[in-house]
Amino acid sequence: MASNHYDSIRERTRNFCIVAHIDHGKSTLADRMIERTGLLTSREMQDQVLDNMDLERERGITIKSQAVRLIYKAKDGVEYIFNLIDTPGHVDFNYEVSRSLAACDGAILVVDATQGIQAQTLANVYLALEHDLDVFPVINKIDLPSAMPEEVKQEIEDVIGIEAEDAPLISAKQGIGIEDVLEAVVAKIPAPEGDAQAPLQALIFDSLYDSYRGVIVFCRIREGLIRKGMTVRMMATGATAEVVEVGYFGPGQFIPCDELAAGQVGYFTASIKNIKDARVGDTVTEHARPCAEPLPGYKKAQPMVYCGLYPADSAKYPDLRDALEKLQLNDASLFFEPETSLALGFGFRCGFLGLLHMEVILERLEREYDLDLISTAPGVVYKVYKTDGTMIELTNPSNLPDPAKIEHMEEPIVSAEIMVTTEFIGSIMQLCQERRGRYLDTEYIEETRAILKYELPLNEIIYDFFDALKSRSRGYASFDYDLKGYETSELVKMDILVNKEPVDALSFIVHAAGAYDRGRKMCEKLKEEIPRQLFDVPIQAAVGGRVIARETVRQLRKDVLAKCYGGDISRKKKLLEKQKEGKKRMQIVGNVEIPKEAFMNVLKLDSGN
Amino acid sequence: MNEKIHRGPVSLYLHFPFCERKCRYCDFLSGPACAEEREDYIELLCREIRMRAPEVTVPEVTAPEVSDNESKAPEATDAAMMAPVDTIFIGGGTPSLMTPEQADRLLQAIFSAFHVMDNAEISMEVNPGTADLTKLRAYRSAGINRLSIGVQSFDDAELKLLGRIHTSDQARRIFHMAREAGFSNINLDLMSALPGQNIEIWSKTLREAVALQPEHLSAYSLIIEEGTPFAKMFSQKELPALPSEEEDREIYHFTKKFLAENGYRRYEISNYAREGYECRHNCGYWTGHEYLGLGLGASSDLGGMRFKNPDQMSLYRRLIEEQNTAALRCENQKMTKEDRMEEFMYLGLRMTDGVSESEFEERFGTRIEDQYGEVLRRHISQNLIRRLPGNSARSAFPGDSGEPACSGNGGRLALTEYGLDVANYVMADYLL
Repeated sequence: MASNHYDSIRERTRNFCIVAHIDHGKSTLADRMIERTGLLTSREMQDQVLDNMDLERERGITIKSQAVRLIYKAKDGVEYIFNLIDTPGHVDFNYEVSRSLAACDGAILVVDATQGIQAQTLANVYLALEHDLDVFPVINKIDLPSAMPEEVKQEIEDVIGIEAEDAPLISAKQGIGIEDVLEAVVAKIPAPEGDAQAPLQALIFDSLYDSYRGVIVFCRIREGLIRKGMTVRMMATGATAEVVEVGYFGPGQFIPCDELAAGQVGYFTASIKNIKDARVGDTVTEHARPCAEPLPGYKKAQPMVYCGLYPADSAKYPDLRDALEKLQLNDASLFFEPETSLALGFGFRCGFLGLLHMEVILERLEREYDLDLISTAPGVVYKVYKTDGTMIELTNPSNLPDPAKIEHMEEPIVSAEIMVTTEFIGSIMQLCQERRGRYLDTEYIEETRAILKYELPLNEIIYDFFDALKSRSRGYASFDYDLKGYETSELVKMDILVNKEPVDALSFIVHAAGAYDRGRKMCEKLKEEIPRQLFDVPIQAAVGGRVIARETVRQLRKDVLAKCYGGDISRKKKLLEKQKEGKKRMQIVGNVEIPKEAFMNVLKLDSGN
Repeated sequence: MNEKIHRGPVSLYLHFPFCERKCRYCDFLSGPACAEEREDYIELLCREIRMRAPEVTVPEVTAPEVSDNESKAPEATDAAMMAPVDTIFIGGGTPSLMTPEQADRLLQAIFSAFHVMDNAEISMEVNPGTADLTKLRAYRSAGINRLSIGVQSFDDAELKLLGRIHTSDQARRIFHMAREAGFSNINLDLMSALPGQNIEIWSKTLREAVALQPEHLSAYSLIIEEGTPFAKMFSQKELPALPSEEEDREIYHFTKKFLAENGYRRYEISNYAREGYECRHNCGYWTGHEYLGLGLGASSDLGGMRFKNPDQMSLYRRLIEEQNTAALRCENQKMTKEDRMEEFMYLGLRMTDGVSESEFEERFGTRIEDQYGEVLRRHISQNLIRRLPGNSARSAFPGDSGEPACSGNGGRLALTEYGLDVANYVMADYLL
């Protein structure tokens, strides 16, 4: 086919994404755009088409990137091809955001007219600008009485420094101003570049595992074209495969087509059985006619938060493994390896991008795979420098070497930006102080709003920092963070001893200064959770063999049915059966029976406010 | 399913579901009723007795030993085929609401329908607020030979709190009348761990009880049962504080010690007796003795089945009138060998003499060691169970002409003092 055919298509193509702070209306705008371009009637629209998972819809967040092709007949009479790529909004999924951005040429920035710029607005905009995307703003929720579109426009220009004067004023919810947004996409987002005749060079920005077709690779074609029957090679992994199908994204479905040329966004399948062979960020090229070099930007996602996951019923261990394997097929950032706990039996040490990622995975395991799980306290990756000069990355507190062999330890530090209205600055600063934060700066966006800049140890924010932040700012503070690096810190391992036996599942790493408090709380909580036993059970928190807190579960003194005559026997048996069931749910640690729920409840440390 | 169905003597339980007024802690099947209803019920009960007697026939042809002074063979049943009855218990409710004539009619019905053994233990519960000397004399001559008097407490404030219809003085008077009427085997029922109770109040009750020199004492820790007025009062904090677990145990251990000093041996968790006066009827429940329950809501364990009469009077009446014995068996449950092994343990261990290893083997064809070895060893190491030497054990059925509960070889296994305190915890481990 003539190259001008490809060029004509390319020039009518717009590849873009929508970025926003959580809840500013990103997914709703996407829905309206899909609806307006006639792909779906409103009746067929389920709210938030692009959020596929139940969990995404329920929580109103986007976890996985989704893409959709829209055909828009603009006012200039030309039919444009829009490839809209939805991106996750949460900091945990920054990596997913950044690879999605790499598939785009521009971005729509959605800002809530009632809230203005928030922490993630900034983070996402900066990310988009880093990827050289052309960004134009859209002011959403102008139908609300508290909307302040003019102020917000000013704020965008002042804080971000992008032109906002003619930003479309819209209400995605009410369907107001959608046309303006579509026109702005045509006008403000550049057409992709690329030569359909060049050797194939395509970026993998997402992938999905399908049990029939194998891995479905989502890609942006930079140069050349990809078609059925072509043998392709993944440049980082070296895997080769023959393309079985190519196509583009309909709303919620894959639509096969003959080929995808430079500038297009779509998918291909090639009977790839292992998702690791088609890693996100890798470059796809033609095996027979490879491109000169891969596209930049391939980076492996590093788990930041770890915890142990155990099935409450140990017989479910293989089920848990299967479920994790299945989730990993679609989520390359999920890490897991088998581990064994004396207290909890067989399970897995799992790594996540962040706390939300962890919560999402846990919820999916419990909901979609019907598993009853016990998770250990989440922890971060510590660097342990040993006296022999070696360094280990510690993800499980139980593996901490003998303190005598430790030269020093380092913990991950994040740079955090907290956007807050001025009335709450005091209480938020206090919170950061309690969490060992290092104050850097306050930047006033306007008279009543400021960005607090702090450096915080990651292990201080993985517990309940978000909750504490929300409760201390009546929900107004927003928060974003970035891994800054590692710093030396005075860290200790806290062991929890039940009846003088350390319970591995309850060990955690804590800063020396906060050890006493955490230890005491753990003991108090555990005391409530452990039923009385046949003997007094001491519960102790210890640091390096030194006990710093203690509680005692007093001996069971009485558990007897005074009367048992002819008519009481079946009732008595039911009572004993119940008791036996209760014992089955117990995990024996040392010689103490601990209900499995106890681990869960103790580890779910309530907020340390 | 190799358990031998050998039918030795059988026990009878008769339920009298009426009382003058419901006590505040009571969750038994009982309630007030007028004289006509009570009379109506006695008639139904007599009909049930006649109707159901054939259920206790001996399945094998070998006739059991039967005392020869039996009145008259039950109709429609070969006398030689009837199993002997060795204990009878008339409970309630308040059976002492029965008129002398009703009691006599009831016992006559039993004697004509069953082969009641000469030395049978025939107990009846008596509420001190409902009896007098005439009545007690009549009961005695009707055939009752053991009384269980519901004293509960010798502290009048406690009696009031419990909602009892009598005073401690009435209880004492009834006891003396019972002696006068010729009862030489008397139990007093007492309740400990009552709201507001302390060891002083309790020891006063115990001392008063012992001063009367009954043959038998039962002392139960109060259990606040759901749905009772006590439960409501408790949840609305209208009751004085209950003794703590520690105080409850102090009371319990004091009771055992005090009664032992006064010649009463604790032979079951809540039961104490002078030598030879252990309640044979109740021991039957703990040793797998068969029993037929008669009357509203009464439970049975007979012919390898556990079942229960209907709880509802109208249904009970209709089934008796229709002579529908099959339908009377509510919650009819076939007991498996495993069920029986469990029962052997969790019922047998209620008794301080515990269970006999050789009896287990004889009944189930399996050594107790093979079935429960692991849990037994654990309980022994945790000081919950101890081994008693086999030959020093008393028979579980004192005075019973049947087989001794322990055949001699092998020892007995019994709960330790602490094991008794946490008996539920221990017993749950014997469920299979």
